[in-house]
Amino acid sequence: MARITAGVTTSHIPLIGRVIDTGETETPYWKPVFDGYDFTKRWIEKEQPDVVFLVYNDHATAFDMRMIPTFAIGCAEEFPPADEGYGPRPVPVVEGAPELAWHIAQSVIEQDFDLTIINEMAVDHGLTVPLSLVFGQPDAWPCRIIPFPVNVVVYPVPSGRRCFKLGKAIRTAIESFDEDLNVQVWGTGGMSHQLQGTRAGLINQEWDKRFLDRLADNPEELAEIPHVEYIREAGSEGIELVMWLIMRGALGDKVKELHRHYHVPASNTAVGHMVLEAVD
Amino acid sequence: MALFKPYADIPGTTVFDADMARKGYHLNQFCMSLMKEENRQRFRADERAYVDEWPMTEAQKQAVLDRDYTRMIANGGNVYFLSKLFASDGKTFVHAAASMTGMPEDEYKEMMLRGGRSPEGNRYIGEKK
Repeated sequence: MARITAGVTTSHIPLIGRVIDTGETETPYWKPVFDGYDFTKRWIEKEQPDVVFLVYNDHATAFDMRMIPTFAIGCAEEFPPADEGYGPRPVPVVEGAPELAWHIAQSVIEQDFDLTIINEMAVDHGLTVPLSLVFGQPDAWPCRIIPFPVNVVVYPVPSGRRCFKLGKAIRTAIESFDEDLNVQVWGTGGMSHQLQGTRAGLINQEWDKRFLDRLADNPEELAEIPHVEYIREAGSEGIELVMWLIMRGALGDKVKELHRHYHVPASNTAVGHMVLEAVD
Repeated sequence: MALFKPYADIPGTTVFDADMARKGYHLNQFCMSLMKEENRQRFRADERAYVDEWPMTEAQKQAVLDRDYTRMIANGGNVYFLSKLFASDGKTFVHAAASMTGMPEDEYKEMMLRGGRSPEGNRYIGEKK
């Protein structure tokens, strides 16, 4: 049977992608951001996941205002990197896992979460930057990826509680898939940042760190945080953190924290990165 | 019944909610059109003519021509959509964000290096700093 072995959370800041693509990761500004991923790069080489279920948000790339799916699952054979206005990132095409993705779609919809099924989609920095941070610059990504975009841009966006429960349904779905697969679930975005208004540049290190402190052992408490608290405390774009709760819900009750990295600033944003191992 | 907006008392922040999304529909779709190189070229060649192809309000069009991101947000723009516009100009999120705070870009960058804008005094409208 397929099993979920670990979870990763990470920021997906677009400028990080450009810094990797142009080889500027060793500059004094960026080195501390990337150093925090050294552990993860070594770790994932040993883990060799077959599939990464990657929770992220599309940034007005594949979806514009015409259609706004709350939760969507990429079921295609492959997903090309998107042109976001600067030309597509020079990264490999993302190879999907259609059989598992369709299985998850069926199981999760039967558990009363209505997913949008996507068979053709370009993927933006929300998905490709986490892959670059963890896998570096290979000729092909070393595993298959199931893109799972969540709407955190246009309100109403899903609550943390709903995301956490959805994660549990995704766990049930993956664990009922017949093939013997090592699956990781990644939650991306965050942490505190605000990209608009006179309050732009807001960073709340204390709040972010309390979020990180509770992710492993007290996710129920995080799931109760209302939208308005994310906006007020972590900035209007801090709401992306609800996506981490999908990852956490999918990992099961007990997890072991293997690695934690927190750094301010990267561009406008606080970088938060954790590696969690599923224990049961 | 009006939409419940518990975030209305947060200073300097526009939440992209249903009201803003309706107001900004054509502005945001105009921005999306700039993801295509041929559209970027046509826009650059004659900005006024290009924005006139879109059923935007005059206030929205003028904000675009002025590159006034504060006014674009007030008129229903969302920053991820507006990013197609500043990307076309070769500008970054830091540039756009700084412009909305009224700070020079280097001063804004310096603030970020010092740990960003503190939430202290920035949680509620009218709160003492």
